[in-house]
Amino acid sequence: MNTTIMLFLLQDGITNGAIYALLGLALVLVFAVTRVILIPQGEFVTYGALSYAMLATGQVPGTAKLALAMGAVSFALDLFDNRRSLRLKLLARSLALNLVLPAVILALTYGLAGPKTPIAVNIALSLLIVAAIGLFLYRIAFQPLAHTSVLVLLIASVGCHLALQGLGLVFFGAEGLRGPALSNAALTIGPLRFTGQSLAVYGLTIAFIVALWLFFGFTLMGKALRATAVNRLGARLVGIRTTLSGQIAFLLASLIGAISGILIVPITTLYYDTGFLIGLKGFIAAIIGGLVSYPLTAVAALVVGGVEAFSSFYASNFKEVIVFTLIIPVLVLRSLAAPAVEEEKD
Amino acid sequence: MSALLSIADAHVAYGKVEAVRGVALEVADGEIVTIIGANGAGKSTLLNAIMGILPLKGNAAFAGLDITPLDIEDRVVAGLSLVPEHRELFATMNVEDNLQLGAFRIPKAVAATSFEKVYALFPRLKERRRQLAGTLSGGEQQMLAMGRALMGAPRLLMLDEPSLGLAPIIAADIFRTIGELRAAGVAVLLVEQNAQAALRIADRAYVMELGGFILSGPASDIAANPRVVASYLGFQREGGGV
Repeated sequence: MNTTIMLFLLQDGITNGAIYALLGLALVLVFAVTRVILIPQGEFVTYGALSYAMLATGQVPGTAKLALAMGAVSFALDLFDNRRSLRLKLLARSLALNLVLPAVILALTYGLAGPKTPIAVNIALSLLIVAAIGLFLYRIAFQPLAHTSVLVLLIASVGCHLALQGLGLVFFGAEGLRGPALSNAALTIGPLRFTGQSLAVYGLTIAFIVALWLFFGFTLMGKALRATAVNRLGARLVGIRTTLSGQIAFLLASLIGAISGILIVPITTLYYDTGFLIGLKGFIAAIIGGLVSYPLTAVAALVVGGVEAFSSFYASNFKEVIVFTLIIPVLVLRSLAAPAVEEEKD
Repeated sequence: MSALLSIADAHVAYGKVEAVRGVALEVADGEIVTIIGANGAGKSTLLNAIMGILPLKGNAAFAGLDITPLDIEDRVVAGLSLVPEHRELFATMNVEDNLQLGAFRIPKAVAATSFEKVYALFPRLKERRRQLAGTLSGGEQQMLAMGRALMGAPRLLMLDEPSLGLAPIIAADIFRTIGELRAAGVAVLLVEQNAQAALRIADRAYVMELGGFILSGPASDIAANPRVVASYLGFQREGGGV
């Protein structure tokens, strides 16, 4: 092996690792706040990527309609939950969030979609659509289960993943899609060539990590989210709604998923079910970080990306095997290091 | 005088076991009321039900508002606040963040004056404001829990066993601070096993046994009641803890 190949592989590993880092951070965030292990994170990636790819060809993706349908279900659930004490203010808020918002997004998508629509508009539309889906997914599947055990939430999470993946097949078909690059610029340093796309991956990953750090460290809402993660009862006692915290966590997770998807769809062809595997790699990073540590998750994601790049060079058939086998020694080490913890009951 | 908090015919049950049976209770504006009783009498259960942590069957009105359909968060907005027995602090966050979150539901401008008031009440918290809540001593954690509850400018502060596990001198300090709340116009509903200390600062008292109130009246009368003296006061050390 010569240095050039090693540098190439490292570069590849870091690019993928950056994406896994974003997804891993989202998983840690959602688990800390809601105790949900977000298996459908991969579907947010696929939906973001393929909605963007479809919009780039001038078509309206089915996800925009899904958002409206899920909004309608959320609205119905809100009505049912508050049937005894229906207040106008509550009703208006629910109507605006669950029906008006996705309807506006759908109308915008129809109005703006076309073969000549600028890339920035397509990205914004894809993000809006997937963010709305993430928000409603929490309302429909997880808010009613908020008080149940981690296991029940995990099973619901698997269910959501299967349902969304099936819908993905309906919306995007079995054929893979590729999206246009964010930038065609390129930069050459020595033997390495950095495309605008990979620079965008690095830049956005770093920007997101900094933004999350600022959000959690310095804003009241960010602190409220952390407080919910640290002590749910304590948070409720100061008036922080755990449902609001859950909504924000899912909103951030779906946004991060969609951005990751939009970042990779110009690099590699994505299928309706590719997201799952990508999400799982973020999950491995999150597990290495113990589902609590953000910095450890980010570092682990880079390691996962690196291992993947090198194993695809040396033993491409075993690429996934090697990556996912990483989790076994990590779990063994973690179980040795940490005392058994009983599941929190609340 | 119309009561700030009025509870009537309240029942609280854990599954089929009824822990509070048909209790009636009133707290007026700015009043300090204590509920004393043995371990397991249902005192904490009653406080948790008033806050909405446990379901309360019966009537519960706060400031003229029926609070039974409200969840915890809306009761906080209405002006109720509970410092639970286990304090439920945000252990991995610093003192200042804990306090800031106590003011989560009130406007920013009001929160600034809340900070001043709480730091004046507990100067120790100001010294430790950068320290993580989980690393504080028991007494400091109790101060922080009370401070966090006061940050939201509640009209009624409910305290569940604030002296539990504290050294006697620290407990005395906590009781003195509770007494000072009267001047601040905050009504207090205090549940305590240390009956002596509680009766000394309270205006009125209820005595709870097996899920019901067996006595109620002005704190001085309760403190002089022979039955109370025999059961709750007789063998307690001066200013002692648990």
